[in-house]
Amino acid sequence: MLTKSEVQKIANLARIEITDAEAEKYSKELSGILDFVEKLNEVDTDGIEPIAHITGAKNIICEDKVIEYNGETKENIISNFPEKKDRFDKVKAVF
Amino acid sequence: MIRDLHEKLINQEITSEKLTEDYFATIEKKDPEIEAYLSLNKEFALAKAATVDKKIASGEEVDLLAGIPCSVKDNICIEGLPATAASKVLENYIAPYDATVISKLKACDSVFLGKTNLDEFAMGASTENSAYQTTKNPHDISRVPGGTSGGAAASVAADECVWALGSDTGGSVRQPSSFCGVVGFKPTYGAVSRYGLIAMASSFDQIGPAAKSVEDAAIVFSRISGRDRFDSTTMPMADKNYENLLGGADLSQLKIGVPKEFFAAEGLDKKVEEKTKNAIAKYEKLGAKIVDISLKNFDYALATYYVIMPCEVSSNMARFDGIRFGKSVGAESEKAGTDYTLWDIYFKTRAKYIGPEVKRRIMLGTYALSAGYYDQYYKKAQKVRALIKKEFEEAFKKVDVILGPTSPTPAFKIGEKTENPLEMYLADIYTVTANIAGIPAISIPCGAVEIDGKNLPVGLQLMGKWFDEETVLSAAHVFENS
Repeated sequence: MLTKSEVQKIANLARIEITDAEAEKYSKELSGILDFVEKLNEVDTDGIEPIAHITGAKNIICEDKVIEYNGETKENIISNFPEKKDRFDKVKAVF
Repeated sequence: MIRDLHEKLINQEITSEKLTEDYFATIEKKDPEIEAYLSLNKEFALAKAATVDKKIASGEEVDLLAGIPCSVKDNICIEGLPATAASKVLENYIAPYDATVISKLKACDSVFLGKTNLDEFAMGASTENSAYQTTKNPHDISRVPGGTSGGAAASVAADECVWALGSDTGGSVRQPSSFCGVVGFKPTYGAVSRYGLIAMASSFDQIGPAAKSVEDAAIVFSRISGRDRFDSTTMPMADKNYENLLGGADLSQLKIGVPKEFFAAEGLDKKVEEKTKNAIAKYEKLGAKIVDISLKNFDYALATYYVIMPCEVSSNMARFDGIRFGKSVGAESEKAGTDYTLWDIYFKTRAKYIGPEVKRRIMLGTYALSAGYYDQYYKKAQKVRALIKKEFEEAFKKVDVILGPTSPTPAFKIGEKTENPLEMYLADIYTVTANIAGIPAISIPCGAVEIDGKNLPVGLQLMGKWFDEETVLSAAHVFENS
């Protein structure tokens, strides 16, 4: 059973603010799901490689070429910024 | 249905403009109750329809999909239109580019009527997790349409479009299609580009159609599949028109595997079981050879999915942080004169604008990937995934397709499973295996059961070999037409 403080730690890692009541609720729900997935431990996986890609594709490469987008697409990207200054995405100081 | 409409269009018995107007009229009449659509695209749709009419009038050859009105799930980007993924965090987002599937459909002159409802970020099994509205099942409006492509399946079933584009991560096209009595198709992982599909769990996500017939699904699949430089998991596909490969399939050559575990599963409704067994008998009568098989790891498929999927979700959802797009508390704090730090913006934006099921999965994935738990959960699940894939490889040495129910029950009541997330997850039990193994799978109607005086559709699922869409579609087509 996940404790409330463990749930708070997970929420912190996931960058989600949660209330005490939510921590309580998530501790029950997440524990229920974790109990359910515990059944995977019944499966013998000795010597089995974890799968990397389901259809076996590997080393897919593409030409290293810049694709120029038109002005309209650029403006559409910029207009989706939550906050902007001129044509820059405005963010709070990182440090 | 698409082929008939196409014939009428090119013979100029009808115009695309009139057809499109008729569909908008149906939407206006029915959608206030069904609530399949999140937004409509009337002006552009009618303009496109008029262009197609002009092409036809001038004798130009047009594609089968040209001028045919369809709906698009709201987690697929169409340039200049909203793409909310049914989340508040993308309420004001306008897609700046077309998904690859949309570019391909635009090249076919498809008419997009609007964007359909889904569970927020395609997480759920009933479309009740939408932050905006609850879509109703057209066969019984007190019941869910299934999910997550509930809007897509309901829009087809309610004749609010000819066909619909959805996405399937654990059954999200097939399960709602079975609940709504339409055809739902999930192609092989890598057959259709995911570029422009708002990512949920990238190793499972695949775009596919919901439609009135197997032929319609094949028409759409032929046009949206293929290698794409913007999605490195796409594979080169043989350039086939699958709709022309369906006729006269000789079922005497077809070996259908029926896993015994499918009928031992907890929660399988007796009436659904009966319909599935009737379908097996019908295939046998049509000449197919029924082979009893065993998929011993079937019992572990759902647990495997509910470890790997939330891990991928927690990573994919990290982008919704209030910085580059979508809703942000940053803009609000400025107006209110509060001085938030960067840290506050991440935490408060995600707390305020992301819904409960999405948060639950982000946290589950974050936990399973965190230091000390990675081997126990994620790595273990990826090993079991390898075993499940191997088991399918072995099974497909013996049979051509694997048959079973699409969903353990018919459509359930609105509100019936919202209190218990785990119970909702069990709705995916038959469909997730195809996503875990990456194989193609289709749900086709196989009858209806009467509950509370309403006829609720039941879906039959056929799964096939990797990139062998042809066999799956042909086998489904023969069933549908006999």
